Amino acid sequence: MTLKPGEVKTIAHLARIGLEESEVEPLAKELSTVLDLVAKLAAIDTSHVEPMAHPANTELRLRDDVVTESDQRDVLQAPAPAIEDGYFLVPRVIE
Amino acid sequence: MHELTLAEQSRQLQRRELSSIELTRHYLARIDRLNPSLNAILTVDADGALKAATEADRQLAAGKAGPLTGVPLVHKDIFCTTGVKTTCGSRMLENYVSPFDATVVARLKSAGTVMLGKANMDEFAMGSSNENSFFGPVANPWQHDRVPGGSSGGSAALVAARLASIATGTDTGGSIRQPAAFCGLTGLKPTYGRVSRYGMIAFASSLDQGGPLARSAEDCAYLLQAMAGFDEHDSTSSDAAVPDYVAALTGNLEGLRIGIPAEYFSDGLDAEIKRSVEAGLAELEAEGATLVSISLPNQQHCIPAYYVVAPAEASSNLSRFDGVRFGHRCDNPSDIEDLYSRSRAEGFGPEVKRRIYIGTYALSAGYYDAYYLKAQQVRRLISDDFDKAFESVDVIAGPTTPTTAFAQGAKVDDPVSMYLNDLYTVAANLVGLPALSMPCGLVDGLPVGLQLIARAFDEPQLLRVAHRYQQATDWHRQAPPAID
Repeated sequence: MTLKPGEVKTIAHLARIGLEESEVEPLAKELSTVLDLVAKLAAIDTSHVEPMAHPANTELRLRDDVVTESDQRDVLQAPAPAIEDGYFLVPRVIE
Repeated sequence: MHELTLAEQSRQLQRRELSSIELTRHYLARIDRLNPSLNAILTVDADGALKAATEADRQLAAGKAGPLTGVPLVHKDIFCTTGVKTTCGSRMLENYVSPFDATVVARLKSAGTVMLGKANMDEFAMGSSNENSFFGPVANPWQHDRVPGGSSGGSAALVAARLASIATGTDTGGSIRQPAAFCGLTGLKPTYGRVSRYGMIAFASSLDQGGPLARSAEDCAYLLQAMAGFDEHDSTSSDAAVPDYVAALTGNLEGLRIGIPAEYFSDGLDAEIKRSVEAGLAELEAEGATLVSISLPNQQHCIPAYYVVAPAEASSNLSRFDGVRFGHRCDNPSDIEDLYSRSRAEGFGPEVKRRIYIGTYALSAGYYDAYYLKAQQVRRLISDDFDKAFESVDVIAGPTTPTTAFAQGAKVDDPVSMYLNDLYTVAANLVGLPALSMPCGLVDGLPVGLQLIARAFDEPQLLRVAHRYQQATDWHRQAPPAID
């Protein structure tokens, strides 16, 4: 299969990865070779096969609903690129 | 003293014939001298190491030491460490310092190990050659123009070059076993859930496992002992009791049934590798094991299933890198969309982007059933193959890789040919089983790996078989020629 330039741009947008116009065509080719590899799955008969999401087929544990963590906001925000008064800074979202 | 194994170092430290500070200084000097040409270690923490060694010597003097007290090691740079950068081989995390220690790091710290630094790796553990690191490729100590394998390429290269006796790694599709094979080491991917994933930067959460890289099965047993165990911070951590791995290293192989899958010895396997692996199997037979022909009929579907499941999970996991809470942020974003898309475009390298794109596509509306759901069903078929095989055998054996270490640059422009290097390793991740690679020969001066796969939580069996093999052979004692 061959991905069209429009499809590549849609994928990049969904993944929120900026793409230069010059990258689109080579990327379409690269991704298409990978999709050709995985397209081999289509020929396998999987009717009535239960999907396996995970090797640990156990129910997730529940813990007691009690406070276990103390306030560590400053420590946890230390790696952030931009903070102010305990908030993460981003460009204005609401005008 | 760099020729000593972990077990030998441990004994000498306990007997006070060797001090941790001497050993640590010796390794730091070797790293200074040899690492520049290998690029196996990204960050050296000399001050931290000397401090930890001093404390270890105090414990040893007080008779309060365990088997790992005072033993230097290097962590793969995917394990979060407070006070020392954790880059994951990516520009995205070039300056990231974690506010907490990974459970593996915390456990090994409390076991008394001395962290020398952090090992180079393929970016976000995506790769089979270590050429995808933002911080440059790693040389294979056996032949510098060859790749060390990946993604734990730095960990494998540094242990092979005797810059530490042990290192931690992670394995999502072969990332411990393949570099172990390429660098002449013993490496173990534990059962899914055996080693905590907390603080181990996530690539594909249903496949990722941390494990040991060392020069022998015995050393892997010591290291795994300290790494394994229940952790409430990891929702899929197993609470099964941790057996005594070192105590399990006994007995001969009488009565052991080793399954040999026909599919592991067919097309694509290098003839010389086949010969080495068959010689290794004959050795196991001579030790008392019985070789049984088996079939894993869905083997050919492992790579296609893996390259849907792993990228799908990666695309989800790596959505956390948004330029807001941690990691790279672009300059002067014009709006929130620009912040996300430019930070990610600048922060991720080509292979990471490729896998995010494939995963995004496979999970997107209209394609989910055809790719992701289908891959999960095929995953079940593969798992059923192993369940059936383990009704009649105790261990499955074959080659770890289809070739020896390939040349630097040989596959960088061809992602699919790179992916096919994982031919024999991805199955154990898809089905969650423990698997080990051990050296079984040399072809043109490059090591060959023999892979053993066991039932869930049967790491003692893997370590026992490998240890027995290593009592009878000396492939694991071979060192790269240029190592002095």
